[in-house]
Amino acid sequence: MLSRRNFLTAAVGVAAAGGLAACAKEDDGASSSSSGDGGKAITLGFSQVGSESGWRSANTDSVKAAAKEAGYTLKFSDAQQKQENQISAIRSYITQGVDVIAFSPVVVTGWDAVLKEAKAKKIPVVLTDRSVETSDESLYVTLVGSDFTDEGRRAAKILEKVIAKAGLKGAVKIAQLEGTTGAAPAIERAKGFKEVMDASHKDDWKVVVSQTGDFTRAGGKQVMAAFLTSNPDINVLFAHNDDMAIGAIQSIEAAGKKPGKDILIVSIDGVKDGFVAMSEGKINAIVECNPLLGPQLMDVVKKVKDGETVERWIKTEEGDFMQDQAAAALPSRKY
Amino acid sequence: MTTSSTTSSRWRALTHHHLFWPVAVLVLLLLVNVPFTPDFFSIKMADGHLYGSLVSIVLFGSPLILVAVGMTLVIATGGIDLSVGAVVAITGALACSYISDRSDQGALSGVLLAMGLGLLAAVVCGLWNGFLVARMGIQPIIATLIIMVAGRGVAQLITDGQIITINSEPYKLIGGGYWLTLPFSIFVVAVVVAVTVVLTRRTALGLLVEAVGGNAEASRLVGIRSRRIKIMVYAFCALCAGIAGLMISSNTSAADGNNAGLWIELDAILAVVIGGISLLGGRFSVGGTVVGALVIQTLTTTIYTIGVPTQTNLVFKAAVVIVVCLLQSPKFRAKVFGARFGAGSGAKVSGKTAAAPADPAAASEATPKMEVS
Repeated sequence: MLSRRNFLTAAVGVAAAGGLAACAKEDDGASSSSSGDGGKAITLGFSQVGSESGWRSANTDSVKAAAKEAGYTLKFSDAQQKQENQISAIRSYITQGVDVIAFSPVVVTGWDAVLKEAKAKKIPVVLTDRSVETSDESLYVTLVGSDFTDEGRRAAKILEKVIAKAGLKGAVKIAQLEGTTGAAPAIERAKGFKEVMDASHKDDWKVVVSQTGDFTRAGGKQVMAAFLTSNPDINVLFAHNDDMAIGAIQSIEAAGKKPGKDILIVSIDGVKDGFVAMSEGKINAIVECNPLLGPQLMDVVKKVKDGETVERWIKTEEGDFMQDQAAAALPSRKY
Repeated sequence: MTTSSTTSSRWRALTHHHLFWPVAVLVLLLLVNVPFTPDFFSIKMADGHLYGSLVSIVLFGSPLILVAVGMTLVIATGGIDLSVGAVVAITGALACSYISDRSDQGALSGVLLAMGLGLLAAVVCGLWNGFLVARMGIQPIIATLIIMVAGRGVAQLITDGQIITINSEPYKLIGGGYWLTLPFSIFVVAVVVAVTVVLTRRTALGLLVEAVGGNAEASRLVGIRSRRIKIMVYAFCALCAGIAGLMISSNTSAADGNNAGLWIELDAILAVVIGGISLLGGRFSVGGTVVGALVIQTLTTTIYTIGVPTQTNLVFKAAVVIVVCLLQSPKFRAKVFGARFGAGSGAKVSGKTAAAPADPAAASEATPKMEVS
């Protein structure tokens, strides 16, 4: 009996501590890094998802730098992966009466109430990087971000080139390292890749194994080690991000095979370490997913502020890179 | 009872050994792989070292074994340590950021210093936990929650929110390297487990830990310094987590403040439970924990090799864990298998080991809670 009571006390304590932690973080994040003078400059309230990866920090830096360059006042807050933090940050922007609100939603649903408050105050909302599902399309003006499905398609198309270049004959046996289960990039990248594969390579390509590596190096390494024992005849690896590919490369080497030769590797993102691996010949091609959308965002913010109409989805400028371009592109990689 | 033949009494002795069910599950899980991967047990030489599924299981399972061994002693004192995952992240982050700042990343002295620095930070975290639990009388789950939440933030501060990639051959050895054709981490785990077993079973230390877990106040009254014992086990647990942190970061040659050791505390608690140890404290078995950790790692590898669809991974895992925990429960066995496994043990219980059967039952109650979180 006593232990059960202890457990309950503990559980309540856990919940309380969690709440406290959230409050503390939100407060800290709201202290903004403002630049430029108040006066006539556009004030932009930006709520970031968190700082979970190198990609994300590059994204944050790009937004901050672009705002500074454009001379906007940026009110920045970090939601630490929590929707409630993000909603209260957006509310505080509404109360402060910023000109435009931009945010990268933590999750897809649950934004209607706060977005309606913004609409009532006539503050336009711009989404960055990720989309939301709302009952009312007019609640946000536009989305500036990547098309994950298209990244999957591009990965499949660049794989055609890689296979042709490597002179791989016969059946193409693909291992797929998926991102975090349920995350939009993981679902859509797999979808886009499958689309192209079903359309033009129904007979000669086959995804023999597919499993989540949680977008991490450790995950990619461990899953690939298991793939290599259960399906030793894999000759292509498609990884949903560079980090998993980097982890998988280590497992491929441990199995005594040559990454980039015995197993052709295509991945998505284009982080610096990915380009390093590609310049060493261990990744064959990378489909870029560009986090440096700051300048494009500032452009959109200005247009929205001036009342111009913008497209519903402004896609980020992205490139595809083959191995021979790796060395040249490497020095320009910022993240 | 005396009329039963020797084989059946031997069988009984075997099934009543506290390691029987965990080991049985482990063997079963390994065998499940064979129809899917016929050469699952084959081990060949590749690239100058042994290579195969069994080697992978031990290699990737090493950090979990270490963390779980530390967790065992904490649980034996009736406590729990939720901070081990964050300690893993902090240790790896410190060691890797120190190495990445050096001009010569491969220098042995620098690597040793980096490891020392990381382990020192880990022990400081453990002493802090022990201080809060033993001196301040704070509930272990709350006391260790502080570092669980804050520690990952500290790790991210150290790495600046980035993944720090290093290129250091000596550092790579501890978690990803090979020695005498075997993964080096096996030797590290063997040493830690051996030292733990010797210290707790060849000296009075294990008895003292169990006494504190059984009844801290009573053990204090008979002259055991229960506070000191508690601080010691938290520090030891953090040290184990620290070594695991070095291994995890060394395995991928990178420190990832966000994901290194994420949720490893829950896996470690689960490993302890699968090993047949009660969360109420007072008893422990390092062997059971090691088998429990291997069961978890084998389960993970099995999911990858037999091709369970990604979306059903967690359901599959949960189903296996529920079965394992039910098998651990003497009451359940008595109901399902009848007298052979269950009722017989009930008769024996009234004899010398009255405390033992209560443990797995309590453990099986506690485990689903772990899984839900």
